Amino acid sequence: MIKMKTRNVDVFYGENHAIKDVSIDILDKTVTAFIGPSGCGKSTFLRCLNRMNDTISICRITGELLMDDEDIYAKSVDPVQLRARVGMVFQKPNPFPKSIYDNVAYGPKIHGLVDNKSDLDEVVEKSLKRAAIWAEVKDRLNESGTSLSGGQQQRLCIARAIATAPEVLLMDEPASALDPIATAQIEELIDELRHRYSVVIVTHSMQQAARVSQKTAFFHMGDMVEYGDTTEIFTNPVDQRTQDYITGRFG
Amino acid sequence: MAAFVAVLITVIAAGFFFLSRRKAVLVSGGVLASLHSRPGYHGFYSFLWVTLFGAGALLVFTNLSLHPALALGVAAIAGIASSLNIRAETRARNKSEKIVTGILFACAGVAVLTTIGIVLSLVFETYNFFESIGWRVDKFLFGPRWSPLSGLQDGVIDPDRVGIMPLLLGTAMITGIAMLIATPIGLFAAIFLSEFASLRLRGWVKPMMEVLAGIPTVVYGFFAAITVAPFLRDTGGLFGVNVASESALAAGLVIGIMIIPSISSLADDVINSVPQSLRDGSYALGATKAETVRQVVLPAALPGIFSALLLGVSRAVGETMVVVMAAGQGANLTANPLEAVTTVTVQIVMLITGDTDASTAAGPAFSLAFTLFCLTLVLNILAMRFVRKYREVYE
Amino acid sequence: MINMAELSKKHRSAESAQRLRKRKASQKRLVSYGILAITLSGMALATLLWSVLGKSAGALTEHHIQLEITLDADLIDVENIAQADFAKLTKNMLKSRFPFVSGRTDRREMNDIISAGAAYELRDLVTENPDMLGQTVAFDFLASDIADLYFKGAYGQIAPAPHQGELTLSVDGDRVSFIASTDDFAPYLAPSRARLLMRADELRIEAGLQENGRRVFTEQGNPAEAAKRETARDARIAEAEALEILAGQPDGFFEPDAFTSSIFLKLGQVWVQVETISANAGTGKILGDVESSIFAADEWQLLIYEDAPITRKVSDIQAILLENLREEGRVSKGINTHFFTSGDSREPELAGIWGAAVGSFWTMMVTIIFAFFIGVPAAIYLEEFARDNKFTRMVEININNLAAVPSIVFGLLGLSVFIGFMGMQRSSPIVGGMVLGIMTLPVIIIAARAAIKAVPPSIRDGALALGASDLQVSMHHVLPLSMPGILTGTILGMARALGETAPLIMIGMVAFIVDIPDGPTDNATVLPVQIFRWADFPERAFEARTAAAIVVLLAFLFAMNLTAILLRKRFERRW
Repeated sequence: MIKMKTRNVDVFYGENHAIKDVSIDILDKTVTAFIGPSGCGKSTFLRCLNRMNDTISICRITGELLMDDEDIYAKSVDPVQLRARVGMVFQKPNPFPKSIYDNVAYGPKIHGLVDNKSDLDEVVEKSLKRAAIWAEVKDRLNESGTSLSGGQQQRLCIARAIATAPEVLLMDEPASALDPIATAQIEELIDELRHRYSVVIVTHSMQQAARVSQKTAFFHMGDMVEYGDTTEIFTNPVDQRTQDYITGRFG
Repeated sequence: MAAFVAVLITVIAAGFFFLSRRKAVLVSGGVLASLHSRPGYHGFYSFLWVTLFGAGALLVFTNLSLHPALALGVAAIAGIASSLNIRAETRARNKSEKIVTGILFACAGVAVLTTIGIVLSLVFETYNFFESIGWRVDKFLFGPRWSPLSGLQDGVIDPDRVGIMPLLLGTAMITGIAMLIATPIGLFAAIFLSEFASLRLRGWVKPMMEVLAGIPTVVYGFFAAITVAPFLRDTGGLFGVNVASESALAAGLVIGIMIIPSISSLADDVINSVPQSLRDGSYALGATKAETVRQVVLPAALPGIFSALLLGVSRAVGETMVVVMAAGQGANLTANPLEAVTTVTVQIVMLITGDTDASTAAGPAFSLAFTLFCLTLVLNILAMRFVRKYREVYE
Repeated sequence: MINMAELSKKHRSAESAQRLRKRKASQKRLVSYGILAITLSGMALATLLWSVLGKSAGALTEHHIQLEITLDADLIDVENIAQADFAKLTKNMLKSRFPFVSGRTDRREMNDIISAGAAYELRDLVTENPDMLGQTVAFDFLASDIADLYFKGAYGQIAPAPHQGELTLSVDGDRVSFIASTDDFAPYLAPSRARLLMRADELRIEAGLQENGRRVFTEQGNPAEAAKRETARDARIAEAEALEILAGQPDGFFEPDAFTSSIFLKLGQVWVQVETISANAGTGKILGDVESSIFAADEWQLLIYEDAPITRKVSDIQAILLENLREEGRVSKGINTHFFTSGDSREPELAGIWGAAVGSFWTMMVTIIFAFFIGVPAAIYLEEFARDNKFTRMVEININNLAAVPSIVFGLLGLSVFIGFMGMQRSSPIVGGMVLGIMTLPVIIIAARAAIKAVPPSIRDGALALGASDLQVSMHHVLPLSMPGILTGTILGMARALGETAPLIMIGMVAFIVDIPDGPTDNATVLPVQIFRWADFPERAFEARTAAAIVVLLAFLFAMNLTAILLRKRFERRW
């Protein structure tokens, strides 16, 4: 089932043509990986999917971006509401300077998802469990989110994103700032999340893409060069550039 | 005379500069590379000797009321001594650099000397004053009556008349009114400027705030006394409310206006230094800008904002001209902001500029100043603590 | 149990859309608070500048009155012109010009229309041109502050009022009685009537008090005292009744006083001050030469000075004299040169800011020498040479604390150390400059350190690699590169010092100093302190001068800040 669909998307940063004519279908309950050398536009494109680029005034986007066949750049769609449906996790963990509980409860509170404290408690617990961090923090929910280790902070941020009850989760190199053990935990978690969400992950690590994703898109200098099943892309790439990248000729 | 001698010493120093440089060249026998230091350094070394000894002697001689011209002799001897000492291996460069570094060090020491000077002069007079009131510090701090110079007999001050409570409460009231004005305006302005305003608007408002900050306090005092106080009195009159022409409200209002820019620019800096990643995190959860500001940015910036407010309080407490020109002079114990109250700074000015014998007035004045110094010092140290706490989290 | 997938659907619900509207409204509120805050600050600034600028306009001009004065050779000693009493000469001239002004009070008021300083200016003129002696010369006498303000309209003005009737006059000595053919004066009687009624009310209240007294004495059995009270009571009631009857009469006569508008007649060229008046008749005093005047009853004018004498500094007689002089074309308006060229004075029209400006100049010279030549080396030391040890940290904490110490404390430091301990001269720019220097020191050290820090280490490394010593690197490379930043910080620090008042008051620079200081050791005052002093003076004319002095001070500060900004722009460097 197609969750998000983009057609002929171009992105400009002032004079710079950052994304060129990208069309892609993102499937539900699937992990899609965007790979490519740094500066290829994969993060920029990811940020189009929840309109985070709106916060940058010189950024201009053309083309069609649909979610459940609804234009997310339509006038009637408010980016604030869109972002509640399309969650995002960043490269560097960025917990708010609040307690662990309040970090997770932030989204449900501002969106009014629950009416009472016990429901909120439940949402927080569920989200922390799904982010596989419940066991580590259940006795210290009132401690500051910044007191956790890097890997824990990132899982807290994932829990925070889940608590808002999104349909799509965008992850911008979520493990690049973490050590190998924490990375493994996050990858395991992403695999879990696939059963409930459509997950899009930007990564510079091809191994990671191979491990966690079912679909892979290869970006190069603003172009989306190739898109297909992950196994297909890694074993039998069509485009020469993809092959060069995968075999490590550049990167 | 002393100034003339100082000029002469400089001339002598310049003379020895050329003399020593010449001698260094002669010593080298034309082979400059044989010298450890280049001739200019030998000259410079002599120059330093002459000026240092000359200036030192000049200071000592004038204080001992000896003839300042004697310093010229000392300077000349120093010059001759330094130039006689020139050899090829003399490390003139290292030596003169040591002296210069020493001078730089001494300059940095002036800052410490200033603090020592302030503390010593305040403590000295305060000690004498406390001794004269029989160490009744309790009466000084908590006494309800302040009129130290009334009913003086042979310059003996009555401990029952030196209670600074009315002054502290007056200062607190005016500071409170000022903060009531400056806090919301300063903070909302800072939030708006850092989070919502376009670059163009910022380009207009920032200089406006700088102008507001650059206006001398005496001008604010004039504004308070000539424009604001009569306006408040007339407005009060319209509603049948009696507003004193030197009301705490007028002074507090104007001090409030005065510290708006310092609060807003400090808070602006603090808000701007909250990492963008926190804002992004909040936006990505579907928060509006306002929710992000209120629930993420402000809590994160809180220690810094608190420190900005403390510095604002410290400025309001130490403000002198506005209150001297627009607040009252009599020490009233009142909670009504429409009445005249007096402040610590007003009383210092009144004591020092008053007709009473300076040695009698100095005691209470310096004790008040010492109180003020301690008060602002505590506020500043607290503010620095908060800033450090803030920095520890984000830097 | 909560189903997260169900929660997801909430994002698309109508309830959520409604909630979003509320959230957006709350955002708008926050933004509008911000705009309100900025608008309020802007309004405060605008009000401040507007009130200062508006008030300062009055100090821009001054008035001169040209009068012929005979420099009587008998009264002035040619050998010793400076000692001659030119003030008396001026008074005599006025006396002979306006012979109808009689009585001590009126004479004094007449003399007060000309500045006390005019006599000195006349003396200086005659000293320079001794050949003027014995001649009659036309001299521009400087108008006093009262006359100047009157000409500027600060005290309201005498305005002609409409009238229709013919006037019949009968002159008796310097008094004139007049009868108009219609009730031309009726509209101007109301204030006098109100005054009478007010007085009657007061009398009745007094009568009530007497009545109380009578009753008390009666109860106490003291009939003698009671009778006294009764007489007093009746006298007051009778007086009140008489006043009420008078006020009620349509054709009664009233006497304008200090609390009512003044009424004048102008008969041709001659002014008459009305002393009693009814709806169509009255009497008045002729303010002019009775013998030589031509009373032109057919072209008469009714003039009303709306502001009652009690509300204005200028008296009726002064106003009439000034009007006379103005009609004769003797009054001229010019740029207020005294303000820019004189020292302080008790007389507003003679007071100027030059003395204070020169005092500020000397003070700033001392400040800059002190603050710059100690501050910059200190910054170099802390930034380039200091090791990270206890002393360095102490110095840093010290500097940060000093920057926040109230300025008045620095004044007390100066008072006890420079004046008390070192025995330096009170009120002198050198002490003031040193106090401000110490106060500015932390500002300059902090700015200079920031500027030095901004020089990238690559430049240091490059120079060190060429074998330069630490000191050479600092002096030859780092210092020149950071100089623009240091200068910017210095100018801003100087601007702050230039506007500083409180510490200078502490060291006695608030004294009344007329002379222009010749050097940093002379007694002097500075611009902000001058502003402080003038703001405290009761004369109204000082208000405009205070505001004008503020404008001058602000202009200097503006220029300094602009220089700093331009300097920063010009030398802004991105490494």
